[in-house]
Amino acid sequence: MVYFILKRLVQSVFVMLAVAFLAFSLFRFVGDPITQMTGVETSVADQERLREDLGLNDPFVFQFMRFTTDMLQGDFGFSYRTRQPVAEMIADRIPATLELGIVALLISLAVGVPAGVYTALRPKGFATQAILMTTLVGVSIPTFVIGIMLIFIFGVQLGWLPTFGRGGTVQIGGWESSLFTIEGWRALLLPAITLGVYQLTLTMRLVRAEMMEVMRSDYIRFAMARGVPMRKLHYRHALANTMVPVITIIGLQFGGVIAFSIVTESVFQWPGMGLLFLESIRFVDIPVMGVYLVVIAFFFVLVNLIVDLLYVAIDPRLRVKDV
Amino acid sequence: MLVIKDLAVKFPSRFGEFTAIEDVDMTIKPGEIHGLVGESGAGKSTLGAAVIGLLSSPGYIANGELSLGNTNLRNLTPDQAHEIRGDRISMIFQDPQTSLNPLMTIEDQLIETIQAHSNVSDSAARKRAIDLLEEIGIKNAAERIKAYPHQFSGGMRQRVVIALAICTDPELIIADEPTTALDVAVQSQVLDLIRRLARDRRIAFMLITHDIGVIAQIADRVTVMRKGKVMETGDTPQVLGAPTHPYTQALMDAVPPLDRRIARFRVPEDAGAAGVVTGNTAEKWLLEGQQHVLTGLTLQDICVRFAGPRTSLFRKPEPYAALRDVNLEVRPGSIMGLVGESGSGKSTLAKAITGLNTPSSGVMRLGDEILPAGKARSRHHSSRQLVQMVFQDPYSSLNSRHRIGAILTEPLWFYGFVQDARERARLVAAMLELVGMAPDAIDKYPHQFSGGQRQRIAVARALLARPRFLICDEPTSALDVSIQAEILNLLKDLQSMFGLTILFISHNLAVVRQMADDMAVLRNGVIEERGTTEDLFARPKAKYTQKLLSLTPVMPREWQSVG
Amino acid sequence: MVAFLKRYEGLWLFVHSPAAIIAAIVAMLIVSGAAFAPWIAQVNPYDLSSFSLFDGLLPPFWQEGANPQYLLGTDDQGRDMISSILYGVRLSLIIGLAALAIAAVLGVGLGLAAGYYGGRFDAIVMRIADVQLALPAILTALLIDGIARGILPASMQQDLRVAVLTVAIALSLWVNFARTARASTFVQMNKEYVQAAIMMGQRPSRVMFVHILPNILGPLLVIMTVDLASAILLEATLSFLGIGLPADSPSLGTLIRIGMQFLLSGEWWILWFPTLFLVALVVSINILGDFLRDVFNPRLR
Repeated sequence: MVYFILKRLVQSVFVMLAVAFLAFSLFRFVGDPITQMTGVETSVADQERLREDLGLNDPFVFQFMRFTTDMLQGDFGFSYRTRQPVAEMIADRIPATLELGIVALLISLAVGVPAGVYTALRPKGFATQAILMTTLVGVSIPTFVIGIMLIFIFGVQLGWLPTFGRGGTVQIGGWESSLFTIEGWRALLLPAITLGVYQLTLTMRLVRAEMMEVMRSDYIRFAMARGVPMRKLHYRHALANTMVPVITIIGLQFGGVIAFSIVTESVFQWPGMGLLFLESIRFVDIPVMGVYLVVIAFFFVLVNLIVDLLYVAIDPRLRVKDV
Repeated sequence: MLVIKDLAVKFPSRFGEFTAIEDVDMTIKPGEIHGLVGESGAGKSTLGAAVIGLLSSPGYIANGELSLGNTNLRNLTPDQAHEIRGDRISMIFQDPQTSLNPLMTIEDQLIETIQAHSNVSDSAARKRAIDLLEEIGIKNAAERIKAYPHQFSGGMRQRVVIALAICTDPELIIADEPTTALDVAVQSQVLDLIRRLARDRRIAFMLITHDIGVIAQIADRVTVMRKGKVMETGDTPQVLGAPTHPYTQALMDAVPPLDRRIARFRVPEDAGAAGVVTGNTAEKWLLEGQQHVLTGLTLQDICVRFAGPRTSLFRKPEPYAALRDVNLEVRPGSIMGLVGESGSGKSTLAKAITGLNTPSSGVMRLGDEILPAGKARSRHHSSRQLVQMVFQDPYSSLNSRHRIGAILTEPLWFYGFVQDARERARLVAAMLELVGMAPDAIDKYPHQFSGGQRQRIAVARALLARPRFLICDEPTSALDVSIQAEILNLLKDLQSMFGLTILFISHNLAVVRQMADDMAVLRNGVIEERGTTEDLFARPKAKYTQKLLSLTPVMPREWQSVG
Repeated sequence: MVAFLKRYEGLWLFVHSPAAIIAAIVAMLIVSGAAFAPWIAQVNPYDLSSFSLFDGLLPPFWQEGANPQYLLGTDDQGRDMISSILYGVRLSLIIGLAALAIAAVLGVGLGLAAGYYGGRFDAIVMRIADVQLALPAILTALLIDGIARGILPASMQQDLRVAVLTVAIALSLWVNFARTARASTFVQMNKEYVQAAIMMGQRPSRVMFVHILPNILGPLLVIMTVDLASAILLEATLSFLGIGLPADSPSLGTLIRIGMQFLLSGEWWILWFPTLFLVALVVSINILGDFLRDVFNPRLR
């Protein structure tokens, strides 16, 4: 078990290093950082001095090591566009994106898991066919179209909910949260649904497929043959076994949620990391792009480590040694 | 008492209804072990599923009576049927590895089952569960009950499965191939347990199996089924010893006896494709290729190691020895039988010879030439042609996306035997005839053939490489016993026609006795005993061989027809 | 007939699945409309001289003030909506199919080889796939687009937009193919027909492409349809974000982005018709993908 966790940890470090390398290559090779940092009036000699000061003439490996150590100490460099420290810019935006992502994920789980279980247990029912068809349409509508439709219906036609921004936020420590005001929740609702719908359909289909697979397994048939009450059979035996693969995929999906928040944030002008990333792409603001990558990968790796721990908690085969 | 009358089960499908079983009559008295035998497709498992009410969708009972004691099992609502399951009828599945919920302790699964059918407290249920585990032979049950299924060995797991099936004192247990996945020693213990439960607790067993030996050992009565119908039913000694139905007779003829060697199996004429056609082009082609050189194989001190499971980042994984110092000599032109239970290293040895894995030490010689091991053997090495293999599973050994013609011509052009495409096709057709198949098979795909036919095609493919050394890795263990008899006959014929040297790998002692001149017994990667087959069966020296021979279920001699 | 259908089970299932038939018809209609756009469309939306500002903002034919020549109305430039949409679908499909082809060749090749050789090569490919997974599709595509902006001179950027977009989408989709191909190859490697081929001494390339590949086509075909839908969605999303194709050579996503400007002003057709076409196309492809999955994995039925 310790080995299992350690192995995953090593893999995570590898992924992070690879992404850091990607970010570093971006910074180093896409455009010349010196011309980006300095104006037209800077002399060539000054530029060369700066190059030397920043260590851009050092061997490549050296530079990468320095880049990584800087990052580990929280030094993420400066934006080409705003000249602010990137760390601050991103940190300001993290709460908005995380709250959006987590609420969206919760919506997708709260609806997706029960719907998946229902459709798996009644594969031939009318409701099941209807749900399946709806989700098929659900995965086929691009996120931004869903966002536009929600804005059109609830914002423009009905005028119930705001269509952009975060509404009322509360400052808690360094964390700007919209979860503590009604205005904040009203503003969060449409973007979170938009982002959640796609994940919801994926979750539902996955739970359904896994559950149907489990329902066919020998141990479920044996439990049937022993007359274990149906309720226990479905929820204690089948659902528990279904969750093992499902949480893995949900872990993988969290990365998708964060990434797709780029689109949602753009549609709703939600001031999160995604919007910042889009702006930085438009202005070729390489440091911000690179750091965004690293942050996204970090969340991905973190969530997957948590998933691995959950795995160990659920599955005794990973927890208990053979006697 | 279970009474079945005129039972029919149908499966509606989009091409009309398929009748799985019909006109089935059967009664099982309390305490009776009723064997149900038949080959695949006979409807044995369907009958079992129909009795316990777990027919897989969309199957349904179309006709007949089905009652247990005074209860008519056909009139139950789904809820009532579910209450009877476990309470009065229970079931044991084939594979103990997959029958238990991996996420729940044995204790939870037992208590849950007991409480599902009787209103008892947790502690009372636990006590009953522990007593039961003790009774069926799990030592230290009070402690072991806290364990998860993966912490038990295969045999222990099957005991737990049986405990789960009997923990509610059912009247009838349907055991669907309960020992097929187990090794001989464990099988004999599980069979003893079943016998004891039938005697002491008066539980009726419907014992579904394809293994006549198992039936002969413990069944009181037998029903023989074929294609959904009952062929014959009666007391075990009568049905197995003096069968009246021609199908049962043919079935008994096909069962290889453990205690003597018969020249050929008697195969009914109508089974088709029985004999080898002699004198055709393929035979001449093979004979002209071999120049009557017999090629033997010697293995010296072969060791094969695999990396074990890695348990630490800092320590190297413990290597696990699949084969240790294996010495073996296959005499030119003879058949060497290699016997061992699952996991003994039989297939590892075959892979070492064919170069699919790399022994860590030892020398292999084919004839006088040293066989390079694993990756060191070049793709063009002569042994790639001289050594051919017939695999266990005819459903996976032929590429399902290629036509038979493409599969069979491949060795001809690949080894450069025949350049002309038309010539190749002619030879392939003749070879199909030689192995007892119609030549029009060339244009078909593997899925259009039965398992036995596919195995014939696999044999044809091996022969088309003009091999001198043939490895048969469990060539009949995926086949029904009557098909097994045909394939074994075929292999015997071909061996005597072409003087092939054969390494015949099997877990089935009786089959090896019929086939092999010499044999070796493999256990945990070590050869326990070697010798001529007759010697080894008559005077086994190693303890392990003696145990294997004594525990393998056989028919009493007096029941056997004289072959 | 029954015998014929029995043999081609997929065809039988198709004939009896109304959803799949409708989806196939819709997809065929849209695809052929796009393929023959230059001959069907009344105006060429890329050619400024073929339409006129005077025809701008005309509603679809059933509304008042419509010009029956433009069935689904016109946009603010006076372009016929149908023509714009057909050309838009055409562009979206070209990019989607090209990206799919690149992703399939790259992914299946690497996946097959990883499954066949195993060991270190497999580990390297899968670690790269891990990294790729940590950066979801849309992020990869955006990133490649951003890099192209940084590296390519401004003059080339316009010309290479389609190529950049295609590569960006292809790189974000190859992992699916690689993982599926690898997993299926692993299963096939344990099959005895593969061992027989290796034993014979056949070349690895022959074992992989002649023996294994035909046996893993089923799951790959499913991935292919699902990923074609993803590719089209991804292209639309990127264009919507203003990072894909510019307004003078509009794909479906660009058309929707342009239409967004008219969301509040009442010219609803400029937004909703392209959206409708996009959704109809993707839904049909996904229904067909689902159908294929059922055919190849009968146990889920």
